[in-house]
Amino acid sequence: MATTSTTAVARTTRQGRRKLSGLRRREALWCYVFMAPAVLGVLVFAIGPMIASLWLSFTSYDMLSSPEFIGLKNYTKLFADKLFLKSLSVTMLYAVVVVPGTMLMGLVVAILLNAKIPAMGFFRSAYYLPSVIGGVAVARVWAMLYNTDHGLFNIILGWFGIDGPAWLSDERWALWSLIFMGIWGFGGTMLIYLAGLQGIPKELYEAASVDGASKFRQQIHITVPMLSNVTFFNLVMGIIGALQVFAEPFVLTNGTGNPNNSTLLLPLYLYRVAFSYLEMGYASAIAWAVFAITLVLTALVFRSLPLWVHTEAGED
Amino acid sequence: MAKADERGGGMPLSRTEILVRVGLLSLGCFLVLMPVAWTILTSLKTAQQTLAVPPVWIFPPQWSNYPEVLQLVPFQNYALNTAIVVSGVVIGTLLSCSFSAYGFARLRAPGRNVIFGVLMATMMLPSTVTLVPTYIAFNKIGWLNTFLPLIIPAFFGSAFFIFMFRQFYLSIPKELEEAARIDGAGYFRIWWSIFLPLSMPVIATVTVFTFVGTYNDFFGPLIYLTDESKWTISVALSTFGGSPRIGPQLHMLTAATMIAAAPSIIVFLLAQRYYVNGISVAGVNK
Repeated sequence: MATTSTTAVARTTRQGRRKLSGLRRREALWCYVFMAPAVLGVLVFAIGPMIASLWLSFTSYDMLSSPEFIGLKNYTKLFADKLFLKSLSVTMLYAVVVVPGTMLMGLVVAILLNAKIPAMGFFRSAYYLPSVIGGVAVARVWAMLYNTDHGLFNIILGWFGIDGPAWLSDERWALWSLIFMGIWGFGGTMLIYLAGLQGIPKELYEAASVDGASKFRQQIHITVPMLSNVTFFNLVMGIIGALQVFAEPFVLTNGTGNPNNSTLLLPLYLYRVAFSYLEMGYASAIAWAVFAITLVLTALVFRSLPLWVHTEAGED
Repeated sequence: MAKADERGGGMPLSRTEILVRVGLLSLGCFLVLMPVAWTILTSLKTAQQTLAVPPVWIFPPQWSNYPEVLQLVPFQNYALNTAIVVSGVVIGTLLSCSFSAYGFARLRAPGRNVIFGVLMATMMLPSTVTLVPTYIAFNKIGWLNTFLPLIIPAFFGSAFFIFMFRQFYLSIPKELEEAARIDGAGYFRIWWSIFLPLSMPVIATVTVFTFVGTYNDFFGPLIYLTDESKWTISVALSTFGGSPRIGPQLHMLTAATMIAAAPSIIVFLLAQRYYVNGISVAGVNK
């Protein structure tokens, strides 16, 4: 009797365990079903095309005849391609000014907004508004502002007796025109900084006030270090974003990147190589070069992290 | 955002300091909105007024510019194309992202976390890297000049939005799910009739983000929609400068620009709360 009951118990627990693992297996199966769209998406629209484009970058392919393997020729061509090198330097200058410019504007406005300010909601939306306007419309708006004779900028400069430049057709000013336009979209960075600011404990400022630190010193010594992880996020996203700007230069220059290729940002050059010259292999090599640059810049930011990102432990 | 008020922005401020801040913010606000204001102003002028030096500041607004520019181009056609693409992408994104996020948040399977990590890494992948092969593939299967290359990928999830849904699903108490399981509901039913309806705030955020992003997208429609009858508003707007119908008439060009920019501005103004929430999630959770 006793033995039968123990075996019965043993049997039920074993069955229970098997049933449990059956449930587990069912759960896992369903988990894969649910993840399937995302997994397929990653395979079909990210990893697959990535491998394909890496392979294409070693070929010569015009979409009419089949791809022909040419080894590293596309990559060696990059270094001799004056237009690519020009495009690269234009893009670097653009990113080097726009990314910090956007972050500085975003931080300053976020600090001003981070208080019991009347009409806070209005200001927040107003500063973010330019960021919801699409690139094509932004370019249209600014093209008009930059107009040499009837544009608002030169009208205002005229009030001060300054003869404004031909913004978009003067090689010295065309890229800067794009840069000012890019910084106009600092709203997203501002919102992220604002969210970060709201997470800083009030006590830190109170303690600093008691110690006699001025408001400005409080911003430099409390706000800036406490926001370092948000700054890191904004920096990485800013770099990725700045290397993908396309609509604005395309519309402003009718796709030419002129004057004298001074606004030929890399995506614009890539578009030209791929869709005007149909050099799909070379275009893939350019895409990989851009990707490599993004990776290197991001890696540099990561490497520099311990130097400037504040951690609780480090502070004590 | 209620939290912001409680914290009072970190620092107790004096009256003068608030005045200084409001003054600075108003000045900045004026500068930031000036380009848009100037565009609206120009869109209400007559052709001669747009070229006047010095510029006219006060004039009877010529509202007729707006209906007139709608006559110059097949605007309804562009609007319909845009509506098809945007609604397709919004529906695809909501379904696929909430569906996959349920798996990532609530079900366990070997390899799930690795898959999630790979998915999140794709957020860092610049679209230029995948561009050429994707274009070639869509071309090969005959989808060029159709809306499919713009819509279909949305049905396969998007890392950032899956992340947003997942964060929300992680916060839903387990008891809800267990009660439904005891009642005999399967996982699909639990997702569809419990998790999806509960996630309205995320749905709203993802919808406004996807709407504005897709509406504003230029590159995709530019390379895939070659025929003018298929153009979206952003592609059409990019051609207006050199178009024989609108050409260099500034009042028409600005009216067209404002009409084109209006939908995303309106959606943003109506759904600001969801917008701000979404961006805050992006920044703080990283």
